[in-house]
Amino acid sequence: MEVLVILIPVSLFLGVLGLIGFFWTLRRGMYDDPEGDSRRILNEEFDDAPKPVDKDET
Amino acid sequence: MTTPTAPGASGCAACSVAPAAVEHAARAPRRGARLLLSVPGAHCAGCIATIERDLARAPGVNSARLNLTLKRLSVDAAPEVDAAAVIARLDRLGFEAHELDPGTLSMTETDRQGRDLLVRLGVAGFAMMNIMLLSVAVWAGATDATRDLFHLISAAIAIPAVAFSGQPFFRNAVAALRAGRMGMDVPISLAIVLTVLISLFETLQSGAHAYFEAAVMLTFFLLAGRYLDFRARAVARSAAQELAALEVPRAVRLGADGAEATVSVADLAPGDLVLVRPGGRVPVDGVVTAGRSEIDRSLLTGETRPVVTAQDAEVSTGEVNLTGPLTVRVTAAGKDSSLHRMADLVATAESARTRYTTLADRAARAYAPTIPLLSLGAFVAWMYLSGGDLRLSVNIAIATLIITCPCALGLAVPAVVTAASGRLFRKGLLIKDGTALERLAEVDTVVFDKTGTLTLGAPVPDNLDAHPPEALSVALALADGSAHPLSRALSAALRARGVNPAEVTELREAPGYGVQGMWGDVPVKLGRAGWVGTTHAATTGAYLSLGAASHSFTFTDALRPGAEELVGALRDQGNAVWLISGDVEPAVAAMADRLGIPHWQAGALPQDKAARIAALQAEGHKVLMVGDGLNDTVALSAADVSISPASALDAARAASDMVLLGRDIAPVADAVRISAVSVRRIRENFWQSGLYNVVFVPIALLGWCTPLWAAVAMSLSSLTVTLNAMRLK
Repeated sequence: MEVLVILIPVSLFLGVLGLIGFFWTLRRGMYDDPEGDSRRILNEEFDDAPKPVDKDET
Repeated sequence: MTTPTAPGASGCAACSVAPAAVEHAARAPRRGARLLLSVPGAHCAGCIATIERDLARAPGVNSARLNLTLKRLSVDAAPEVDAAAVIARLDRLGFEAHELDPGTLSMTETDRQGRDLLVRLGVAGFAMMNIMLLSVAVWAGATDATRDLFHLISAAIAIPAVAFSGQPFFRNAVAALRAGRMGMDVPISLAIVLTVLISLFETLQSGAHAYFEAAVMLTFFLLAGRYLDFRARAVARSAAQELAALEVPRAVRLGADGAEATVSVADLAPGDLVLVRPGGRVPVDGVVTAGRSEIDRSLLTGETRPVVTAQDAEVSTGEVNLTGPLTVRVTAAGKDSSLHRMADLVATAESARTRYTTLADRAARAYAPTIPLLSLGAFVAWMYLSGGDLRLSVNIAIATLIITCPCALGLAVPAVVTAASGRLFRKGLLIKDGTALERLAEVDTVVFDKTGTLTLGAPVPDNLDAHPPEALSVALALADGSAHPLSRALSAALRARGVNPAEVTELREAPGYGVQGMWGDVPVKLGRAGWVGTTHAATTGAYLSLGAASHSFTFTDALRPGAEELVGALRDQGNAVWLISGDVEPAVAAMADRLGIPHWQAGALPQDKAARIAALQAEGHKVLMVGDGLNDTVALSAADVSISPASALDAARAASDMVLLGRDIAPVADAVRISAVSVRRIRENFWQSGLYNVVFVPIALLGWCTPLWAAVAMSLSSLTVTLNAMRLK
């Protein structure tokens, strides 16, 4: 059972990592246009260089 | 120019944000940089690429981005680029677009609330998953120190998570209790807080059961419902903002020395002289003292034909001056104007609209008191049965509280409304009011306005084939010289046929009569029958004289696409269909006949329309009103539920519950059908969550409900409710 001392902090750390990732995606506006984003990926236009993200997109 | 339409927005109780948005827009200088447009026709990856690439090429446009989820295009452009230019560009690409009010401040406010809920949902989800992992170990048989350790870690995660994520419920519960009400949030908050406290107590006592995962799961599922609910209402709110009138009512006052000064309509007094330029709206009620022109009254009365206006004619606020400048002596302005009286009527009609009790309200009212009562009953009964075993009794009471807590009930309505509004949005209908679907489901009578609703409100020439080519090209040259709606319609139709304009010189517009010029050495005229020198035909028309010969162009109002199918579909669904218009009798009768509408009424004033709706309601009918004009506003707010097209006047859109985004009116039939299905789904959901309670409450009362059972029951009922909502087609 000593392994728990390592495993529990590790699992919590991973969970927190996921939570931080979620906050990050939220801040970057990744939930603003889910439908459009799912179609945009089919577009070849920005395959070589990414299009700059407009930060104050609402 | 001047648009005195703002008062209408204030008459709408359902969208109290609108006046604030107008106020904000009026105060803030328009940056001119960001344009927001609604593009209802965009639906695919190709649309995104076409629109964005084309706009990127447009001069003055820095960037354009299409949000496909909201079907909203934001354009970052230089100040000289205006919405009309972008709309024209989109029109060439084949996309219909409407300008939206970029009330950015209030928009971000809504965004902030949505993100706030989403963050709380994320935290609850994170906590739920971690506690679940720990709980699985406990359910699998962890004992002694390991179990206590796991419970303690669960507590360390659950307590801060619940304290943060549960805040929306706690806040509402406190507010409800202060107001002496027993909302749904009171039992919810009670269940969450008590569960956490008892579990903590159990953990510290090295007890076998802790309900941390149930408390967090409850928070998570209820927050999910709350978020869906918020999204539905946020769309409604932003729609109200989008549709709010932007322009501040202003008028050009003529001073004693003839000097022009632009003043606010509120500063005008009866007796002042006001100049109304062609193309502008009449800002006041008054009498024409000089000038001759034609007036478009269609928004006020539903009449399609412009009315000739000369000296001593009376004009009313909101009418559009078409061809010549008019000087108007003010008889009533601002609060006393006919427009404002209409707004007052709207306000009265709205307050008379009985406060609708939603299905969720009714369910909550029946449900909310039973939860604490049942759990209190369980506590007292077990205290008696076990001979005073406090810990056991509290545990069973908590289990009952968790099981009965309306987790699925919180999802039942929002999940269905979200599914339905998403489906209708894809069909081109925006739902502004959350309860509109439920009200629409009860409808058995549909009342239509004619001009602008069943028709596009724009005349189309219908006898172009009867004229020789040179007459057409001369007519085009003359029509281009006027802003009169018939001229513009003629010009558009002729250009669409590929006609080239003839060389016409000395082009002059005679306000109120027509346009004249010289074609080579032949004098040509396009305009009214008497002025052109020919006899008047029966229908709406424009007349062209080529020297001695004369030609008449007749016009009909084009039917809105989908109108015929809509009327047919509504009648197939068993609804009574009415046509009530302010237009003259022959026009209304012809339209009713063409669409097969059995009941119609012509020459109806705004009050008449509202009175007819009130009469239908008095007979026990539930009425859906579909209209677009200012003359429909009172009727729109008096009806049980109302729909207006996006081309409608702001006041009419503000007064209605749903807005048609496209030109096609057929989605109204889908809306009626989908609303009926939605209400059925909502009822099914209530029955389902009720059934879960019937099964699990006895288990909880008997004391057999372990945390595992609580978790399973809760997830299962939430899942079935959501799946049932998604079945909506």
